[in-house]
Amino acid sequence: MLEVKDLYYSYSTGFEALKGINLTVNDGEFLAIMGQNGAGKTTLVKHFNGLLKPTQGQVLVDGVSTCDISVAKLARDVGFVFQNPDHQLFSETVEDEIAFGLKNFGFEESVIQKQVEWALNLLDVVQYRKTSPFMLSGGERKRVALASILAWDPKVVILDEPTIGQDHRQKEKLQHFILQLNAQKKTVVVVTHDVEFVAECNPRVILMRGGQILLDGMAEQILNNADLLAQASIVPPQITKIFLELEDLGLPTDVIDVHEATEILVKRLNKQS
Amino acid sequence: MSVFEGFKFRKVSSLVHDLDPRVKFFFVLVLFVMALLFTNIFALTVLFLVPLPFVFVAKVNRQWLRSLRGALLLAIFIFATNFIFGFLYPTSFSQITPPVDTGYEYLVLLERSISMTLRFVVLIASFSVFFLTTSPDHLGLALQQSRVPYEFCFAFTTAVRFVPVLADEAQTIMDAQKARGLELEKGNLLKRVRNYIPILIPLIVNAIRRSLELAEAMESRAWGANKNRTNLYALKLRGSDYLLVVISVLMLVVAVYIWLNVSIPSLSAILYPAGV
Repeated sequence: MLEVKDLYYSYSTGFEALKGINLTVNDGEFLAIMGQNGAGKTTLVKHFNGLLKPTQGQVLVDGVSTCDISVAKLARDVGFVFQNPDHQLFSETVEDEIAFGLKNFGFEESVIQKQVEWALNLLDVVQYRKTSPFMLSGGERKRVALASILAWDPKVVILDEPTIGQDHRQKEKLQHFILQLNAQKKTVVVVTHDVEFVAECNPRVILMRGGQILLDGMAEQILNNADLLAQASIVPPQITKIFLELEDLGLPTDVIDVHEATEILVKRLNKQS
Repeated sequence: MSVFEGFKFRKVSSLVHDLDPRVKFFFVLVLFVMALLFTNIFALTVLFLVPLPFVFVAKVNRQWLRSLRGALLLAIFIFATNFIFGFLYPTSFSQITPPVDTGYEYLVLLERSISMTLRFVVLIASFSVFFLTTSPDHLGLALQQSRVPYEFCFAFTTAVRFVPVLADEAQTIMDAQKARGLELEKGNLLKRVRNYIPILIPLIVNAIRRSLELAEAMESRAWGANKNRTNLYALKLRGSDYLLVVISVLMLVVAVYIWLNVSIPSLSAILYPAGV
């Protein structure tokens, strides 16, 4: 469980990035953090594995303050996939890249081999095991980066902007994959701008602005609140926009999902004809 | 990292900032030559004091002190090597009859080691003032007007400008690898050096990638289309610049005169007038 208690954080430049954040993320929860650039999303999640320490307040991971434990120890339970895979890939082969974390945590050789095999298959990069990660395409590099974190099976997985730079098919795959992770009782925290992605996964959403939490609720309650979303520089999903505009026809306004929208429209059209 | 901090330009306006970079560089060069001329502790102390007025006028005291503090480790190293090797091989000292055993001989050795360290500190102090008060753009312009080919000037200013970008990126990469359980401070010396490989490889690869992207972006904006490139701003010497040139030349002349004709007494000679 992640608990954030009255968290304030200022960078060394004096910029106050977080101003009094209170948040609890339960085990097995799927949380999306949304908000405009500079709202403090990444700063907040960097507190979850201790990369940043609170200026004021507390962050507890399973009841232990992140100030009392090293990043390396925290990382065993809280996996953090950075936005840009190029910030972490360095090994000669994809295999070595995935084994890096496992070696750091001191797993036995047999376990390392097993876990690498598992992660290679999990993210569909098994055919590249002997390839240099630098030779792969952007989407593949992203998957290798993800595999290199999931390999040690952390309890919590944090993903910073996972859908950026992925084509539609890859994005869909990634979405299934993330939902699968969550279904396996992993806590998943996603930092994203991608409303369509959030609409289709329907996680718990916190909306941030200026270092504070503006709103906390399920995606279907938040994504149709056009006024509040505008405050965080976010536009509702296209399907929601259509339903908001058609409000006068007596259509519901809390639709965020395409399948749900189709059902409602089909029912309505059948009734008319 | 704090050494670099002391060489980072911040845009402010002051009498020193507005001086022509070429003149400022000449001044620093004169200090450099003077620091190499003297090994005397008093002369070097005076040289250390010369850039001080510039530091105060430019109001860069904090950053300047930080760069000196950053150089501390290297200064200690220079002092230690001078002292240890002077002690082991004292033949280069005319005042010492080996081995080093009397108080006077120890004082001579100590004085020389301090002077050598002070010489290094003078160099850091003066060059730091130059870099703290000269913008990379001005520096590039100065190079260009000194007939250095524009390609080199551009490469130079770009390199300087990308230092903070790379520093940021290095921090992100460090965070990313720490999040994979890398402990930089763990293990013996060799292991610690090896710990930096996962940081350095992505940093270098990204820098090369970025430079290629930059080259493409520049070429698509017609970089180098004209042989003779014109500038919006041109550097022109003003009254204060000429004054500094005169001061620099005078300093150099006086220094050379003293070096040739005046023998400045050493601290040990003052404390032990009799010699041994």
